[in-house]
Amino acid sequence: MSADPTGARDEGFDDFVDAVAAGEGYYLQCENGHGSVPPRQVCPDCGSSALSETPLPDAGELQTYTVTHVATPAFSEDTPYVTAIASFGPVRITGQLRDAEPEELERGMPVELTTAQSATTGRRLLAFDPR
Amino acid sequence: MTEVRVAGVGVTEFGTVPERTGRDLFGAASDEAFADADVSRSDVESLRYGNFMGELAERQGHQGPLMAEAAGVRAPATRYESACASSSAALRSAVRDIRNGEEDVVLVGGAERMTNLGTAGATEALAIAADELWEVRQGVTFPGAYALMAQAYFDEYGGDREDLAHVAVKNHDHAVGNELAHYQDPIDVEDVLEAPPVSEPLGLYDSCPISDGASALVLVSEDYAEANGVDAPVAITGSGQGGDDMALQDREYLARTPATDRAAEEAYDDAGITADDVDFVEVHDCFTIAEVLALESLGFYEVGEGIGAARRGETTADGDLPVNLSGGLKAKGHPVGATGTAQVAEITKLLRGDHVNSDAVAGGSVGLAHNAGGTVASCLVHVVEEVGA
Repeated sequence: MSADPTGARDEGFDDFVDAVAAGEGYYLQCENGHGSVPPRQVCPDCGSSALSETPLPDAGELQTYTVTHVATPAFSEDTPYVTAIASFGPVRITGQLRDAEPEELERGMPVELTTAQSATTGRRLLAFDPR
Repeated sequence: MTEVRVAGVGVTEFGTVPERTGRDLFGAASDEAFADADVSRSDVESLRYGNFMGELAERQGHQGPLMAEAAGVRAPATRYESACASSSAALRSAVRDIRNGEEDVVLVGGAERMTNLGTAGATEALAIAADELWEVRQGVTFPGAYALMAQAYFDEYGGDREDLAHVAVKNHDHAVGNELAHYQDPIDVEDVLEAPPVSEPLGLYDSCPISDGASALVLVSEDYAEANGVDAPVAITGSGQGGDDMALQDREYLARTPATDRAAEEAYDDAGITADDVDFVEVHDCFTIAEVLALESLGFYEVGEGIGAARRGETTADGDLPVNLSGGLKAKGHPVGATGTAQVAEITKLLRGDHVNSDAVAGGSVGLAHNAGGTVASCLVHVVEEVGA
């Protein structure tokens, strides 16, 4: 299902989440080698419109993380939960780290990108599994 | 180029008044500003008004004309929205148009009604300053985004929760006696460390409160002040704005705020000063870590060194560089759209000598206001100086 609260599909973004769910995550690479995440018409770094989908590396690296205790209503029944930013080659992705104890969290920790569901709304989200 | 003078300031008490509408709050702030300014409302050529979440909190868009009416001003009015930096964006537009000679008298300000939404509702509303697709849908809250920056800072440069606690303690100390502040009671380091976690490593006392409030400035050109005998001893001498990618994940640095570097550089150049010339600062400390990042990007500390500033006593009222003598967002409160122009109002009072903490800046003549939107994807910096000092 779409994660958009209106139910609308978000072209580019939902395509990306579908691809991650299928194990085929990608990023956009421009002709000058800059990486970015969709939806994009042009590269945010140089304005190039020659963007091609390039497979994401299988392994990402945890860059930073937080354990959230006070949530918006959309995640009220998920607390406490871990959100994190991980790097995958030239791009970073934000997601929830679902199967790790807070004390295990460490910068540099290897993770894989996957999808999960909010316990509160059932909407899908981007998630990381420890690798 | 004519200089921009602050003829009058007005700020409502920041706090929890969920029953007061935005128009009520802004009407009160602007009324006080006009009384302070001794400038006729009929001379106002425009209203520039900052507001962030009016659609969510009051189901009210198109707030410009509504607020002109509330202020008793018959002039064209425009709302500016740049998340938590909304009223500073309004201010910058006014500063530029006064200097250009387009207008001589401008009412600038902002307001935010927040507490009627409750904590969960306000958290949801604040989150729209982050990237909906890549951040909010993954559960990133506004405190959560700053927590991601704080953890990255700790990992990259060192420092810990106790360092951040000193920022909160300092800003609460500064708010004692500031009758406009949301919190006027001192706290200690233990209070901060033992407070419930919001988004680790940040706890309740690392976070600014959710507040209602409004602020307003009557700005005039130097020419108008002289022609009309308006006493306006404070000038806005520099303005700068910087931007960055919206989502943290897309930025080069997770523990630096280059939008502030860019805004500061422009504002310093504009005013013809350097960071060394600044006597005191109001920075955007929506969370304790935000004050640290701001002080580094504004050029007062090397990257990685700002975290110990409060602990070392360098940024307290009696330190070398007093920071957030108003109490900051942390203790004074943060009614989002009101914050930027409230910072300038506080600096104006500090320089004029009618602020509870004016003694701390005796002999100083240059203040700086730093106002950030989102996780500093937007930043505005203004230099505020005493005229003829």
